[in-house]
Amino acid sequence: MSDAARILHDPPWPSVPRQREAATFGMWVFLASEALFFGALIAGYAVYRVLYPHDFAIASQQTNILYGSINTGLLITSSFTMTVAVQASEARMRRLLIFALVLTAAIGIAFIAVKMLEYKDDLDKHLLPGAHFALPSAATRLFFGLYWVMTGVHAIHLAVGCLLTLALAWAIASRHEVSDSSKVSPIALYWHFVDTIWIILYALIYLPGRP
Amino acid sequence: MSDAALVYVRHRDAEQNYLQAGHTLLSWLTSTDHKRIGILYALAITFFFFIGGMAIGLVRIELMSPHGEFLTDDAYNRLFTLHGIVMVWFFLVPSIPTTLGNFLLPMMIGAKDVAFPRLNLASWYIYIVGAAFALTSIFAGGVDTGWTFYTPFSTMFSNGDVIAAAAGVFIVGFSSIATGVNFITTVHMLRAPGMTWFRLPLFVWAMYATSIVMVLATPVLAMSLLLVIAERWLGMPIFNPANGGDPILFQHLFWFYSHPAVYIMVLPAMGVVSEVFACFARRRVFGYAMMVYAMMAIAVIGFFVWGHHMFVAGQSQYANLVFSFLSFIVAVPSAIKVFNWTATLYRGQITFEAPMLYALGFLGLFTIGGLTGLFLASVPIDVDVHDTYFVIAHFHYIMVGGSVSAFFAGLHFWWPKITGRLYSEAWARFAAIVMFLGFNTTFMPQFIMGYGGMPRRYHVYPPEFQVWHVMSSVGALVLFVAYTLPLVYLTWSLFYGRKAGDNPWQATGLEWQTSSPPPKHNFHDIPEVTAAPYHYHPWQQAPQARQHHRQEMQGETE
Repeated sequence: MSDAARILHDPPWPSVPRQREAATFGMWVFLASEALFFGALIAGYAVYRVLYPHDFAIASQQTNILYGSINTGLLITSSFTMTVAVQASEARMRRLLIFALVLTAAIGIAFIAVKMLEYKDDLDKHLLPGAHFALPSAATRLFFGLYWVMTGVHAIHLAVGCLLTLALAWAIASRHEVSDSSKVSPIALYWHFVDTIWIILYALIYLPGRP
Repeated sequence: MSDAALVYVRHRDAEQNYLQAGHTLLSWLTSTDHKRIGILYALAITFFFFIGGMAIGLVRIELMSPHGEFLTDDAYNRLFTLHGIVMVWFFLVPSIPTTLGNFLLPMMIGAKDVAFPRLNLASWYIYIVGAAFALTSIFAGGVDTGWTFYTPFSTMFSNGDVIAAAAGVFIVGFSSIATGVNFITTVHMLRAPGMTWFRLPLFVWAMYATSIVMVLATPVLAMSLLLVIAERWLGMPIFNPANGGDPILFQHLFWFYSHPAVYIMVLPAMGVVSEVFACFARRRVFGYAMMVYAMMAIAVIGFFVWGHHMFVAGQSQYANLVFSFLSFIVAVPSAIKVFNWTATLYRGQITFEAPMLYALGFLGLFTIGGLTGLFLASVPIDVDVHDTYFVIAHFHYIMVGGSVSAFFAGLHFWWPKITGRLYSEAWARFAAIVMFLGFNTTFMPQFIMGYGGMPRRYHVYPPEFQVWHVMSSVGALVLFVAYTLPLVYLTWSLFYGRKAGDNPWQATGLEWQTSSPPPKHNFHDIPEVTAAPYHYHPWQQAPQARQHHRQEMQGETE
């Protein structure tokens, strides 16, 4: 069965290419919004790090850079597999597309699994701000307050990305969507954005205070 | 043909209008038609308008006596907080964009719908979920932080239901973002053939500018409230001074959204009155291009003035200087717009239908609000009147005198298009005048007592302010009547109003070229646009009075 059988486009659109263009454009606009969402968090981090550079260096040394680095490698790899998916979509290589999407989501889930291991490690080391917090100086609590919020918000974004990617893969596999679906490009953009955020967070969380 | 602006052939076949395309409740709740979603939003925000209004009604009753006779301190704090949260996020921010904007934006650019119709419906449900959280907070006892959620009070000391309220505002923010993304994409991607950027009606430009602010400012509010929730609920010490946290950081993040939010509220109003003035003065909008640049300038510069809310919060004097300067700069494009509206009226063939009365009310009240904003933008005066009723009066002149007046102007202007019915013109004019008088009676005394030193958010106050408070409360009662009137005569018109016809005001613009109420997909054929908007008269010629049988237009015998 050929994808060409399903070239219907949705009501407001005069043509499929226009709808595809708009979906990608809409995602760019949404990512601008997301950039400000994380931007506010990173601005807060920047203010506190300028105020308390020493405490941030001490706190950062307590983070688990091994897990963090593995996760960075995973996400960069997932961006590669997502790019393969976009190329496969443009070439209408349906099976490669489904494979690449599922692989991307699997790597994303692996990231979240590693993150959970890291969270457990953090809890064991009493790095959750509260009565039993491990570090003596006060501003280290600010670092870890931001650490939990930043990584938590990022993990939620990644989980949403995994769900979107799997839903898309399922829709294409069950032929509810064509291979060159207008949804591939926006979801890929979102995925790359979440990866990019992680690369910034990696530098902010794990690298201060380390030679 | 001398001034054929829109070459558009209308097919008047028996196509159903959008109201007839399903009569069940489910057909409304699952509709992706932008027109129906606009009406869903209108119902929701009207509900919240009256909730917020009732809260401030109780506050105004309390303030008639200087001793705090009726309410406890805590109840008073919760009422003005409720008023602020509900009016800002559940009425004013969504008011014009999600109702008139949703209904009209696609029609004005000749599109069948917004770019993402399902996202549009989803945004309404997101709004409802956010509203449910806000209502939960209200019924669980309310919040006493003021609408600004200032830390460390909100995170460490308040005994109100801060988390539910903040979560409600956080959630409703995503409804704003969805609307903004949708509108921006719609304007970029779905303009009809020939509808170039500089042929867009100013209302569309206003929606576009508003959407940019919604998309870029709202996420910062979302993050600042998320941090408040993280601190209060999960114990993350983000703004806690005991750990070296900085409460002023919260204020920066909060106002980075909440000052641009003022432009989210007033830019749509500017778009509405531009349409109304042109129509009822039978004039092309004076300086169309400058109007566009001014709106975009307001949207952009509006992002760089937030620090003027922190002149007395311990911000550095150098920051105060810069923010003060930028706040003066943002007044320039607003002033350009006021002058251009005035010039649009100049030598126009003006008639005073209800939408025009509301719009003229906007013009005067917005100007007063804007000029008093300049007082507050200058640091020495702000140090004196900060946190007084002067500030309250200033922003109510912008948000209520400006935005709400314009909302009513737009509602009356497009009501015949939306419903296909005409309301009672006499009652509508009466309500417009009562609203203007009631508004000034309410808020002009607040300028005076604010300048005299009456602080905001207190219900026990020195007796010398009582006379102003009583005047203000009487004005609020008049305003209540004025806001209830449209509810009555507009509802009445739904059942008994005369059929409006397609274009009762003889207005230009694509939305008036289709039938009233419009068909499901707005136009039978996508129109083709060949000229700039507001072709009320040929270039270089004086405008003509509307050739119209007045009785037909007025709907009611007087």
